Amino acid sequence: MTEIQLVLGASTPSRLPPPRRHALWRDLFGTPGNALVTVLSAVAIMAIGWFAIRWLFLEATFSGRPEDCKVATGACWPFLTSKLRYMAFGFYPYEEQWRPMLALLGFFCAAIVSMVPRLWSMRLLLVWLVGILPVLYILMAGGVFGLPSVPKTQWGGLPLSFMLSFVGLACALPLGILLALSRASELPVIRVLATSFIEIVRGVPLISILFMATVMLPLFMPEGVTVDKLLRAQVAIIIFAAAYIAEIVRGGLQDVPKGQIEAGASLGLGYWPIMFKIVLPQAIKKVIPPLVSLFIGFFQDTTLVTIVGLLDFLDTVRSAMRDPVWQGIAVLEGYVFAAAVYFAFSALMGAYSRFLERYFRTTHD
Amino acid sequence: MALLHDARYRALFYQGLTICIIGLIAWSMFATASHNLERQDIATGFSYLSRQAGFVISETTIAYQPTDSVSRALLVGLANTIKVSVLAAFFGTVLGLLVGIGRMSRNPLLQRLMLLYVEALRNVPLLLYLLFWYAVIINVLPPVRAALPVLPHVYLSNSGLAIPSVEFVRGLAPTVAALAIGLVGAFLIRRLSLHRRLTTGKPNHGTLLALLAIAAPIVLLIVLDGISLKFDLPEQGRFRLTGGMQVKPEFVALLFGLTLSVSATVAEIVRAGIQAVDRGQWEAATALGLPRRRTMRLVILPQALRLIIPPLTNTYLTVFKNSSLAIAIGYPDLVMVSNTVMNQTGQAMETIAIFMGAYLGLSIAISLFMNWYNTRVALKER
Repeated sequence: MTEIQLVLGASTPSRLPPPRRHALWRDLFGTPGNALVTVLSAVAIMAIGWFAIRWLFLEATFSGRPEDCKVATGACWPFLTSKLRYMAFGFYPYEEQWRPMLALLGFFCAAIVSMVPRLWSMRLLLVWLVGILPVLYILMAGGVFGLPSVPKTQWGGLPLSFMLSFVGLACALPLGILLALSRASELPVIRVLATSFIEIVRGVPLISILFMATVMLPLFMPEGVTVDKLLRAQVAIIIFAAAYIAEIVRGGLQDVPKGQIEAGASLGLGYWPIMFKIVLPQAIKKVIPPLVSLFIGFFQDTTLVTIVGLLDFLDTVRSAMRDPVWQGIAVLEGYVFAAAVYFAFSALMGAYSRFLERYFRTTHD
Repeated sequence: MALLHDARYRALFYQGLTICIIGLIAWSMFATASHNLERQDIATGFSYLSRQAGFVISETTIAYQPTDSVSRALLVGLANTIKVSVLAAFFGTVLGLLVGIGRMSRNPLLQRLMLLYVEALRNVPLLLYLLFWYAVIINVLPPVRAALPVLPHVYLSNSGLAIPSVEFVRGLAPTVAALAIGLVGAFLIRRLSLHRRLTTGKPNHGTLLALLAIAAPIVLLIVLDGISLKFDLPEQGRFRLTGGMQVKPEFVALLFGLTLSVSATVAEIVRAGIQAVDRGQWEAATALGLPRRRTMRLVILPQALRLIIPPLTNTYLTVFKNSSLAIAIGYPDLVMVSNTVMNQTGQAMETIAIFMGAYLGLSIAISLFMNWYNTRVALKER
């Protein structure tokens, strides 16, 4: 009796998983090396945290004039509060700034609603094209409905950054899909043209395309026709985005089984119906998560337009820092603020991309 | 019209149409451009390349004087671009490997810390980082007379980094030759030992001998007194640093920013590659009694490399192209030198064509090399 009981007593608990606490303890201090890593990491985390708290709050200046910031070692909050509107909207007329503010809010609301995969439909696309985008544009540009007209040269800051990346991607998407189809085409001339376009654009930096658009585009325009700077940069971003989208869509096209095309052909469908009704819907669905990741990249890449002299968000922040009153005082503050804004939007979209990946893994419709 | 219903003729028709449309667009653009150039009195052609450049380049990898030609100036820019991208790719890969391994650690603290590092770098535009590091160097670091000693004989100040320099007084060519001989020898020895091992199954000291083969010619050269080096160490004087090599703040900021951005990408690639290797491979190796480190080196990494190489190629191409952001902080890379040339000569089309061609050529070269390496490590399926 006692023997059996002993065996039972010894074997039963070992079937249970080890307590969670012990696993954590082993991961943190299991070996001397691990313990050293833990201590070093803890020190690093505490040092970063302590520095952040001290800089942001304890030694920061919360109110006062630029001179007060100069003596303090921490962050300069008055700089941020007094320059916030300029950094957000640039040289947009001060009393009209409710318009870009409203446009941004409207854009965010519309974007958040459109992020729900269940609402995706042709009708939603139509709502964007004939409803949301024209309203946003009218809000920004004015000239009708009693809104004073604001020329594009005065646009700047966050609305400009969002416009460049969002409109850029929206226009580049159909172009990219067309390029991807051309690259997969059986017609050699079209294939070679599309392939060389994609490879050339992907082989050079975005800056060089921006330069080409700003410096060379006017040369190709007939006498008297001028294209404003914003549109030139937008064209460059569209060209650049289209080539990258084409490569992502190509991956999706290659993932669609050949049998799908053959089945379509055997039903007597032509090339375009097969592509638009059978292949593309399947291909695009597969590549939506990488497309969202690509969008994060383009949102960050729009910062490069400051190099060709456009006032995007990064540039308004920089010029706020160069204001003679604040010059040399709020150097870190401006960059940290800009970084925080970019980080927030990029991290949000990154989380959305991960959500989409999970969503498409579990749904089959 | 009946011809149009034949698939073959239709294909020919569409292609012909495409060529016609593109040709028409190209021709009209060319006509407008040449008319505009004539009207604005802008010279065309590549003859300006041999003219005197006449501007100073603040940092030169190869010898350059303002009296040199425009083409030489562009070459200096290209050399600077290559220098900074190669260094950033190298340091970024090393750092990224470490961070990637840290991301996979079982230690939750280290793992979170590395996650923070990667996310902070990937969610903020590179340009912002470059401007930030440049501003930090210029505004936060002390002036040169109070330079911070980072390591012995390495000083950091707001006018850049001072590091020891090495100069060959004599023996540069023999050293290069010895290195080349050593590398070829090592390569041959390694192949021979691999062949022997595959045919006889006997382990041998191929790797050790190969390392010896690399070292031997150089050691021989040193023993025979074929090399004479001149070291120059930066010393902190009362008012300034003397000696050594001064690295400009623009270069430091650019290299630093690019390296960090590469490291974050490499870390994610390495982690994804290693995690994608089937768990059964770990278990099988453990069942065979292989220790963890050898499992990693002999079983996991060779398989992970197949997944790692293609995105790594993209990363190297990206760092090469991203080095063009140098223009924002004033490091004279290819784009910035080209920009200066454009402003001075007004020949925008030719200059843009040249630097785009240079980027394109090198991008293709990098991807060809990495593709070659990729086919070597790719799974050989029959």
